[in-house]
Amino acid sequence: MVRLQTEPFDPGALLSAFCEGREETGAVVSFTGLARAGLGAVTRLELEAYPGFTDAEIERIAEAARTRFSLHDVLIVHRIGEIAPGEPIVFVAAAAAHRREAFEAADHLMDYLKSRAPFWKKEHGPDGERWIEPTERDLADAKRWD
Amino acid sequence: MIRVLLFGRLRDVAGWRERALDPAPASLFALKNLLAAEDPALGEALAGPGVQAAVDKALVRGDRALAAGAEVAFLSPMSGG
Repeated sequence: MVRLQTEPFDPGALLSAFCEGREETGAVVSFTGLARAGLGAVTRLELEAYPGFTDAEIERIAEAARTRFSLHDVLIVHRIGEIAPGEPIVFVAAAAAHRREAFEAADHLMDYLKSRAPFWKKEHGPDGERWIEPTERDLADAKRWD
Repeated sequence: MIRVLLFGRLRDVAGWRERALDPAPASLFALKNLLAAEDPALGEALAGPGVQAAVDKALVRGDRALAAGAEVAFLSPMSGG
Protein backbone atom coordinates (compact mmCIF):
# COMPACT_ATOMS: atom_id res chain seq x y z
CA MET A 1 0.00 0.00 0.00
CA VAL A 2 1.18 3.50 -0.81
CA ARG A 3 0.05 6.57 1.09
CA LEU A 4 1.00 10.20 0.55
CA GLN A 5 -0.04 12.46 3.40
CA THR A 6 0.48 15.97 4.68
CA GLU A 7 0.02 14.94 8.33
CA PRO A 8 2.99 13.75 10.42
CA PHE A 9 3.10 10.03 11.20
CA ASP A 10 4.39 7.83 14.02
CA PRO A 11 6.80 5.26 12.54
CA GLY A 12 6.52 3.00 15.59
CA ALA A 13 2.75 2.83 15.31
CA LEU A 14 2.99 2.12 11.57
CA LEU A 15 5.46 -0.71 12.19
CA SER A 16 3.36 -2.28 14.96
CA ALA A 17 0.24 -2.22 12.81
CA PHE A 18 2.16 -3.63 9.84
CA CYS A 19 3.44 -6.59 11.90
CA GLU A 20 0.04 -7.55 13.24
CA GLY A 21 -1.76 -10.71 12.21
CA ARG A 22 1.06 -12.34 10.26
CA GLU A 23 1.68 -16.02 10.81
CA GLU A 24 3.72 -16.90 7.74
CA THR A 25 5.89 -13.78 7.60
CA GLY A 26 9.28 -14.45 9.15
CA ALA A 27 10.79 -11.04 8.49
CA VAL A 28 9.70 -7.43 8.49
CA VAL A 29 12.27 -4.77 7.63
CA SER A 30 11.32 -1.14 8.00
CA PHE A 31 13.10 2.10 7.20
CA THR A 32 12.26 5.56 8.51
CA GLY A 33 13.76 8.62 6.87
CA LEU A 34 13.92 11.89 8.83
CA ALA A 35 14.16 15.39 7.43
CA ARG A 36 17.62 16.80 8.15
CA ALA A 37 18.45 20.32 9.30
CA GLY A 38 21.76 20.35 7.36
CA LEU A 39 23.61 22.06 10.25
CA GLY A 40 21.06 24.85 10.42
CA ALA A 41 20.88 25.45 6.66
CA VAL A 42 17.34 24.04 6.42
CA THR A 43 14.45 25.34 8.49
CA ARG A 44 11.76 23.49 6.54
CA LEU A 45 11.30 21.24 3.56
CA GLU A 46 8.56 21.61 0.99
CA LEU A 47 7.71 18.42 -0.84
CA GLU A 48 5.37 18.47 -3.78
CA ALA A 49 3.71 15.47 -5.43
CA TYR A 50 1.40 15.18 -8.44
CA PRO A 51 -1.65 13.47 -6.94
CA GLY A 52 -2.83 10.56 -9.05
CA PHE A 53 0.52 10.39 -10.83
CA THR A 54 3.09 10.21 -8.03
CA ASP A 55 1.11 7.62 -6.06
CA ALA A 56 0.45 5.54 -9.20
CA GLU A 57 4.18 5.52 -10.07
CA ILE A 58 5.17 4.47 -6.55
CA GLU A 59 2.42 1.84 -6.52
CA ARG A 60 3.82 0.42 -9.75
CA ILE A 61 7.33 0.11 -8.23
CA ALA A 62 5.91 -1.38 -5.04
CA GLU A 63 4.05 -4.01 -7.08
CA ALA A 64 7.22 -4.85 -9.03
CA ALA A 65 9.15 -5.18 -5.75
CA ARG A 66 6.49 -7.49 -4.38
CA THR A 67 7.13 -9.90 -7.25
CA ARG A 68 10.88 -9.43 -7.45
CA PHE A 69 11.51 -10.07 -3.74
CA SER A 70 8.62 -12.51 -3.11
CA LEU A 71 7.11 -10.14 -0.56
CA HIS A 72 4.04 -10.86 1.49
CA ASP A 73 3.29 -7.17 1.87
CA VAL A 74 4.69 -3.66 1.38
CA LEU A 75 3.81 -0.36 3.01
CA ILE A 76 5.10 3.02 1.87
CA VAL A 77 4.05 6.20 3.65
CA HIS A 78 5.48 9.48 2.35
CA ARG A 79 4.93 12.97 3.68
CA ILE A 80 4.13 15.78 1.28
CA GLY A 81 3.73 19.50 1.96
CA GLU A 82 5.70 21.25 4.70
CA ILE A 83 8.08 19.18 6.81
CA ALA A 84 10.23 20.37 9.72
CA PRO A 85 13.74 19.03 10.44
CA GLY A 86 13.60 15.97 12.67
CA GLU A 87 10.20 14.87 11.45
CA PRO A 88 9.78 11.50 9.74
CA ILE A 89 9.40 12.07 6.01
CA VAL A 90 9.23 8.52 4.67
CA PHE A 91 8.42 5.07 6.04
CA VAL A 92 8.94 1.83 4.13
CA ALA A 93 8.16 -1.66 5.43
CA ALA A 94 8.59 -4.97 3.63
CA ALA A 95 7.31 -8.32 4.85
CA ALA A 96 8.71 -11.60 3.54
CA ALA A 97 9.14 -15.20 4.60
CA HIS A 98 12.86 -14.64 5.23
CA ARG A 99 15.02 -11.66 6.16
CA ARG A 100 17.21 -11.37 3.03
CA GLU A 101 14.29 -10.55 0.74
CA ALA A 102 12.85 -8.10 3.26
CA PHE A 103 16.18 -6.25 3.69
CA GLU A 104 16.77 -6.07 -0.05
CA ALA A 105 13.24 -4.92 -0.82
CA ALA A 106 13.40 -2.07 1.72
CA ASP A 107 16.82 -1.02 0.39
CA HIS A 108 15.60 -1.15 -3.22
CA LEU A 109 12.41 0.80 -2.51
CA MET A 110 14.31 3.54 -0.69
CA ASP A 111 16.83 3.88 -3.52
CA TYR A 112 13.91 4.28 -5.92
CA LEU A 113 12.11 6.78 -3.70
CA LYS A 114 15.25 8.91 -3.19
CA SER A 115 16.13 9.29 -6.84
CA ARG A 116 13.32 8.39 -9.21
CA ALA A 117 9.98 8.89 -7.49
CA PRO A 118 8.13 11.92 -8.87
CA PHE A 119 8.55 14.40 -6.03
CA TRP A 120 9.78 17.97 -6.14
CA LYS A 121 11.63 19.07 -3.07
CA LYS A 122 12.59 22.54 -1.98
CA GLU A 123 14.67 23.48 1.03
CA HIS A 124 13.91 26.69 2.87
CA GLY A 125 16.57 28.17 5.15
CA PRO A 126 18.07 31.38 6.50
CA ASP A 127 19.89 31.88 3.16
CA GLY A 128 16.77 31.51 1.02
CA GLU A 129 15.30 28.57 -0.84
CA ARG A 130 16.63 26.02 -3.30
CA TRP A 131 15.30 23.10 -5.30
CA ILE A 132 16.91 19.76 -4.55
CA GLU A 133 17.89 17.20 -7.15
CA PRO A 134 19.13 13.66 -6.54
CA THR A 135 22.83 13.49 -5.66
CA GLU A 136 25.35 11.42 -7.66
CA ARG A 137 25.28 9.00 -4.77
CA ASP A 138 21.46 8.71 -4.94
CA LEU A 139 21.60 8.02 -8.69
CA ALA A 140 24.38 5.45 -8.32
CA ASP A 141 22.45 3.73 -5.50
CA ALA A 142 19.35 3.44 -7.68
CA LYS A 143 21.38 1.98 -10.59
CA ARG A 144 22.42 -0.98 -8.43
CA TRP A 145 18.96 -2.49 -9.03
CA ASP A 146 18.64 -2.00 -12.82
CA MET B 1 -10.75 23.67 -22.42
CA ILE B 2 -7.63 21.99 -21.04
CA ARG B 3 -5.88 22.25 -17.68
CA VAL B 4 -2.16 22.91 -17.51
CA LEU B 5 -0.15 22.08 -14.38
CA LEU B 6 3.45 22.97 -13.57
CA PHE B 7 5.65 21.15 -11.07
CA GLY B 8 8.94 21.94 -9.38
CA ARG B 9 11.01 24.90 -10.52
CA LEU B 10 8.76 25.44 -13.56
CA ARG B 11 6.11 26.97 -11.34
CA ASP B 12 8.64 29.41 -9.88
CA VAL B 13 9.70 30.44 -13.39
CA ALA B 14 6.10 30.89 -14.56
CA GLY B 15 4.69 32.31 -11.34
CA TRP B 16 1.65 30.02 -11.56
CA ARG B 17 0.88 26.43 -10.75
CA GLU B 18 -2.30 25.70 -12.64
CA ARG B 19 -4.23 27.27 -15.51
CA ALA B 20 -7.19 26.53 -17.70
CA LEU B 21 -6.82 27.29 -21.41
CA ASP B 22 -9.84 27.87 -23.61
CA PRO B 23 -9.80 27.39 -26.55
CA ALA B 24 -7.45 24.45 -26.14
CA PRO B 25 -4.35 24.14 -28.33
CA ALA B 26 -4.66 21.15 -30.66
CA SER B 27 -1.48 19.42 -29.56
CA LEU B 28 1.19 19.30 -26.90
CA PHE B 29 3.69 21.11 -29.16
CA ALA B 30 1.09 23.80 -29.95
CA LEU B 31 0.58 24.24 -26.22
CA LYS B 32 4.33 24.60 -25.61
CA ASN B 33 4.57 27.17 -28.42
CA LEU B 34 1.68 29.12 -26.99
CA LEU B 35 3.19 29.18 -23.50
CA ALA B 36 6.63 30.11 -24.89
CA ALA B 37 5.19 32.97 -26.97
CA GLU B 38 3.47 34.33 -23.89
CA ASP B 39 6.40 33.84 -21.52
CA PRO B 40 9.80 33.24 -23.14
CA ALA B 41 11.42 32.35 -19.79
CA LEU B 42 8.87 29.60 -19.31
CA GLY B 43 9.36 28.47 -22.91
CA GLU B 44 13.08 28.14 -22.28
CA ALA B 45 12.50 26.28 -19.02
CA LEU B 46 10.08 23.85 -20.71
CA ALA B 47 12.74 23.05 -23.31
CA GLY B 48 15.36 22.47 -20.60
CA PRO B 49 17.05 19.16 -19.83
CA GLY B 50 15.02 16.58 -17.94
CA VAL B 51 11.66 18.33 -18.29
CA GLN B 52 8.92 15.79 -19.03
CA ALA B 53 5.28 16.12 -20.03
CA ALA B 54 2.33 14.03 -18.92
CA VAL B 55 -1.09 14.02 -20.55
CA ASP B 56 -3.90 12.75 -18.36
CA LYS B 57 -1.30 11.51 -15.86
CA ALA B 58 0.67 9.40 -18.35
CA LEU B 59 4.17 10.43 -19.51
CA VAL B 60 4.31 11.40 -23.16
CA ARG B 61 7.35 11.56 -25.43
CA GLY B 62 7.12 13.73 -28.53
CA ASP B 63 3.90 15.36 -29.63
CA ARG B 64 0.35 14.34 -28.81
CA ALA B 65 -3.10 15.59 -29.84
CA LEU B 66 -4.96 17.16 -26.93
CA ALA B 67 -8.62 16.28 -26.45
CA ALA B 68 -11.05 18.64 -24.76
CA GLY B 69 -10.80 18.28 -21.01
CA ALA B 70 -7.21 17.00 -21.14
CA GLU B 71 -4.89 17.60 -18.20
CA VAL B 72 -1.34 18.44 -19.23
CA ALA B 73 1.42 18.48 -16.64
CA PHE B 74 4.96 19.71 -17.19
CA LEU B 75 7.34 18.05 -14.77
CA SER B 76 10.68 19.55 -13.77
CA PRO B 77 13.50 17.08 -13.10
CA MET B 78 12.30 15.08 -10.14
CA SER B 79 13.91 15.50 -6.74
CA GLY B 80 13.01 12.17 -5.22
CA GLY B 81 11.65 11.95 -1.71
